[in-house]
Amino acid sequence: MDGQNITGKKTIEINQDGIARTFQNIRLFKELSVLDNVKAGLHNHYRYSTLEGIFRLPGYYKVEKQMDERAMELLKVFDLDREWDYKASNLPYGKQRKLEIARALATKPKLLLLDEPAAGMNPNETAELMETIRFVRDNFDMTILLIEHDMKLVSGICERLTVLNFGQVLTQGETAEVLNDKRVITAYLGE
Amino acid sequence: MNKKKVRMQNGITYGIVVGCWILVQIMDKTGHMTSLLKGILVPLCMYSILAISLNLTVGILGELSLGHAGFMCVGAFSGAFFTKCMENILPNLQARFFLAILIGAAMAGVCGILIGIPVLRLKGDYLAIVTLAFGEIIKNLINVMYIGLDQNGFHFSIKDTLSLGMDETGVVIIKGAQGITGTPKAATFLIAVALLLLTLFIVLNLIHSRTGRAIMSIRDNRIAAESIGINITKYKLMAFAISAALAGVAGVLYAHNLSTLAATPKNFGYNMSIMILVFVVLGGLGNIRGSMIAAVVLTLLPELLRGLNDYRMLIYAIVLIVMMLFNSSPKAIGLRSVVMERFKKKKAAAKEAA
Repeated sequence: MDGQNITGKKTIEINQDGIARTFQNIRLFKELSVLDNVKAGLHNHYRYSTLEGIFRLPGYYKVEKQMDERAMELLKVFDLDREWDYKASNLPYGKQRKLEIARALATKPKLLLLDEPAAGMNPNETAELMETIRFVRDNFDMTILLIEHDMKLVSGICERLTVLNFGQVLTQGETAEVLNDKRVITAYLGE
Repeated sequence: MNKKKVRMQNGITYGIVVGCWILVQIMDKTGHMTSLLKGILVPLCMYSILAISLNLTVGILGELSLGHAGFMCVGAFSGAFFTKCMENILPNLQARFFLAILIGAAMAGVCGILIGIPVLRLKGDYLAIVTLAFGEIIKNLINVMYIGLDQNGFHFSIKDTLSLGMDETGVVIIKGAQGITGTPKAATFLIAVALLLLTLFIVLNLIHSRTGRAIMSIRDNRIAAESIGINITKYKLMAFAISAALAGVAGVLYAHNLSTLAATPKNFGYNMSIMILVFVVLGGLGNIRGSMIAAVVLTLLPELLRGLNDYRMLIYAIVLIVMMLFNSSPKAIGLRSVVMERFKKKKAAAKEAA
């Protein structure tokens, strides 16, 4: 990351270096509201001390207001702003995925890792997700690394592609080239 | 807005406490208070503080602690020790009591941190095991501790009073299994209610702040919390230490409500820790107001039922079971929502009619 090796670093240090991720099996803060999930993601970027929080000093009100505004902006991007006070576990599946991406974005990453974001989604939801990912890439100025085996999603949004076969890099390059590669087709569909 | 809702809920919680205080004052003035009830007022506040503070560990942080009475014990003894030592230096009892509360809270908080540093780094039920042991160790440690004070300073022994080796001006402060005798009775109902309100203020504000959000996100999903850059050990430790410190406050209150303070299994033992846990579970995990109400009801009940003699504990047990069913069985939850719906419909109908 930025020429630094991150192997062996602690998870929170990796996040502070500017890498955020989502999970294949959704890991939201289920009992918290949608808004609070995103605000938890803002944790390291909008600070006030615990004492300010307990005694409700001016810093609390000021920073909380900024957090609310920023979190609502992010939720609007993902079309979740109307559900902001729902419990996270009450959202439908597709929206839970979106919320997870929103929460990861809240940590202001330079690199966003999406671990099978389309897993368990129907074609409509996948198409919607594709739009969202494209929007994020265009508007948030970051690199997105995506692991996925839904070919429609992959061919739809990826610029560079690396194909792994049994843990070995099979090929990498421009998406169109790679997808037409004989070896890739063989690995996927057989001889 | 959500914020308004939170503020209203908190307001209701504070209101209940203040309302209870006013009710007690009225009952006192009109002569409806029995001496039994008067005697139980401070313990009621104390148990509520304990239940609220344990709820911070169990409900909000999501870690099980079975040694809450141990922290209370630390607070009680350090607070009472302080008021005894300072008897001559600081004659004002209220000022001494106030300082004792701070010291009790600090000592219990430090114990919480010392236990938390190694244990809270682990996943799983280790905290329950270690706190259970801590509660027992503290109790037994105090039972063999002798501390005396004379003009040369403090004397410490773990054998008996004689081995302290004090001159004739010496006073024994902690006398082993007999504990501390002659603690001043400084705790009044007013102070107890004020401390309860302070506890509520701290815990409720903590939960609805950046720190509380971090703590609850750790409870809900540890791995995800780590992935968005929340320092897990720090926030776990913070929640646990605050919880322990508040238990220490309750301990100081306890110590200054009785004239003798001894660490027996009855007041600081395992049963006590479990009883506080019962308050928390019955009141609802993470529900601060609930644990307060459960603490009050379950403390009042055995006292009010004293007239029934042998049937007392039977009824207590039945009430416990009924409360448990009402709170968590699926049938009861269904029934409750049906009742609520009807209530809402009636309200709506009344509005339309009007």
